[in-house]
Amino acid sequence: MSEAGELTVTLFRFGFLILLWVLVLSTVGALRRDLAVGRRNRVGAPSAREIRRNPELMEEPPPARAAARRLVVTEGPLTGTSLDLAASPILLGRAQEATLVLEDDYASGRHARLFPQGSRWFIEDLGSTNGTYLAGTQLTRALPVEPNVPIRIGKTVIELRP
Amino acid sequence: MSDVLTAPRSRRNVELLLLLLALAVAITASYLAGVDREEAFSEFFWTQGLTLTFMSLFLHIVLRLRAKYADPLILPIVVALNGIGLAMIHRLDLSAMQSNPDIDPVASQQVMWTAVAMGAAAALLILLRDHRLLRRFTYISLIVSAVLLLLPLAPAPIGLEINGARIWISVGFGTFQPGEIAKITLAIFFAGYLSTNRDLILLAGKKIGPLQLPRFRDLAPMAAAWLVSIGVLIFQRDLGSSILFFGLFMVMIYVATSRVSWVLIGLAMIGVGVFVALELFSHVALRFDSWINAFAPEVYDRAPGGSHQVVQGLFGLANGGLAGTGFGAGRPDLVTYANSDMIIAALGEELGLIGVVAIVMLYVLLVSRGIRAALGTKDGFGKLLACGLSFTIALQCFVVIGGITRLIPLTGLTTPFMSAGGSSLLANWLIVALILLISETARRPVPTAPMKDSFPEALGVSGKPVKKRTAKVATR
Repeated sequence: MSEAGELTVTLFRFGFLILLWVLVLSTVGALRRDLAVGRRNRVGAPSAREIRRNPELMEEPPPARAAARRLVVTEGPLTGTSLDLAASPILLGRAQEATLVLEDDYASGRHARLFPQGSRWFIEDLGSTNGTYLAGTQLTRALPVEPNVPIRIGKTVIELRP
Repeated sequence: MSDVLTAPRSRRNVELLLLLLALAVAITASYLAGVDREEAFSEFFWTQGLTLTFMSLFLHIVLRLRAKYADPLILPIVVALNGIGLAMIHRLDLSAMQSNPDIDPVASQQVMWTAVAMGAAAALLILLRDHRLLRRFTYISLIVSAVLLLLPLAPAPIGLEINGARIWISVGFGTFQPGEIAKITLAIFFAGYLSTNRDLILLAGKKIGPLQLPRFRDLAPMAAAWLVSIGVLIFQRDLGSSILFFGLFMVMIYVATSRVSWVLIGLAMIGVGVFVALELFSHVALRFDSWINAFAPEVYDRAPGGSHQVVQGLFGLANGGLAGTGFGAGRPDLVTYANSDMIIAALGEELGLIGVVAIVMLYVLLVSRGIRAALGTKDGFGKLLACGLSFTIALQCFVVIGGITRLIPLTGLTTPFMSAGGSSLLANWLIVALILLISETARRPVPTAPMKDSFPEALGVSGKPVKKRTAKVATR
C-alpha cells in the first residue's frame, strides 16, 4: 500500500474511534433531553435549582396528614369489619390467601393491594375483572389513599380511618 | 412503586437520526475490516451494510406504526453493537482465510442470523401489542423453559455436546442453544409469579438484627431456581448460564420485595453451590486455577482447561493499549474463539481502551434505558420483566468482560449482540423487542377523560355490567 493510502487508513481508524464516541455522546445528549425535567414536563416536581431561580414555583408544604391506622368496610357483605393496618401490604380479594377475604361475587380473587410507602398508603389494582375505584375514578396505576376516601371493589366499599 | 413520568413525545425522529449515526459506525467498521487486504468493498461489505440498513429502517418503521412512544435510544444502540460485532467477525474470517482459504466464513452466517433476529423482533412488535398479554402465559412459560433446558440432554440426534458443554441441539441447518430462549421464558415466569405472589413472599418470618428473614416455606421458589442453576451446571456443564439464571432470579425477587435478606440468602446459596462444584467437578476447579494462576507456565500449557485463551486475550489487550492497533491491524486471530467468547478482547486490541470504553458505554446506556422503561411502566409485571431482561444483558456483559479482563474466572457466555452465534443474537433481539414494548406503555400518554358516572355500579372495562359468572371465570 502506498504512503498516502496508509495515512488515509490511519486517519480513518482514528476517525472510527471519534465516530463511535460521537454516537455515544449524542445518545447521552438525547437521553438528557428525554428526561425533560422542568418546564416542558408539567408532571415533574420543580428541581431545587429551579426553585432558587423562581421562588413562586415552591409548593406549599402539604398539610400534616393524620396517618391511617385502620381499614373499615363501609358497604357490601362485610359491612362493619375493620382491620388494623400494620407495616405490611394488604391483599384484597376473594382468594383465601388475601389479607381481607371479600365475600363479594363481583370481586376478583386477587383484586387489589394496599401497600405503605413513606407515610402514606397506596392502592394498586392487580388486573381485576371489574376494576377498583378510588373516590369514583377507576384506577389505572397505583395511587395514594387519603383517610376517609372510599375505595370500591365490586359491591364492597372500604375506607382508611386514622 | 412510584411512577416516573416524562413528557409524552414520540421522538421517533431522534431515533432516525441516531440510527443513521449507528449505521455509519457499523458500515465504517465493516469498511475498515477489509481495507488492509485490498478488498474493502467486497461482497460481504455490501451484504452487511444493506442487511443492517434495510432491517433497521424496517424496524424503525414498525416502531413508528405500532409502538410510537417506544424508547428512541434502544434501537440505534443495538444496531451499532450488532454492526461492530459483524465487522469484527468478518475481519477475523479474513485472517483465518489467509492461513486456510477453505474455511466456511462465519460472518455471512452471522449476517443471515442478524436478518432473522431483526425480523423476529419486528414480528414480535407487530404480533404482541401489549406485553401484559404475556402474563397469561406465566406457568406455560415455566413449562417451556423446562423443556428448552432439557432438550440438549436428549439423546444424540437432538442433543449435541460441543467442547464439553451440552447446551446445543441440532436443527435442520445447524445448531441452536435453547438455553438462550429459556432466559426470556424464565424471566416471563419469574415476573408473572412474583408480581402475583409478592405480598405472600413479603410476609415476615424471623427477625435477626436488622434483617427480616422470609418465612421458611416461601423459600421454595428460590430453592427451585437454585436447583435449576445447579442442574444446568451439573448436567450441561455450563457455568455461565447457571450464573445467569440464578442472578436473574435473585434480581427479580429483590426488585419485587425490596428485601436485602433475599440477596444475602441467595449469595449464601451461591457460595454453597460454588463450593460443592469446586469439590465435585474438575472443570470448575480447573477454571478457577487458570484464573488465579493464569501466568504460571504449567497452567498456561495445560491441554484441557489451561489459561492459554485468557492470557492471549490479555496480551492482545496490552498490545492494543490506549488507542488500539486500528481496526484490521492487530492480531486478534491468535486468541482461540476470538469471534465468539473473546470478541471483546479482539475489539480491545484493535480499538484500544478508548474504543472498548465506548462499547461498554453503549451497553450501559442500553441497560439504563431498560431500567428506565421498568421505572416508567405502571404494571408490576412489566416493571419486573423489563428489569429482569435488562439485567440479563448487564450480567452477561459483566461475566464476559470480567472474564476476559481476569476480574472473575472466564465462563462461556456470549457478548450480547456481538458474539458469533445465532441463538444468542435471536434471543437478545427478542429481549430488545420486549423492552421496546414495555417502554412504549411507559411513555405513552394516559388518556385522561372525565368519568361520566361518578360512581359506577361494578362496570366492566367495556362499560357493560359484568355478570357474576364472568367475574368468577376471570379470577385465578
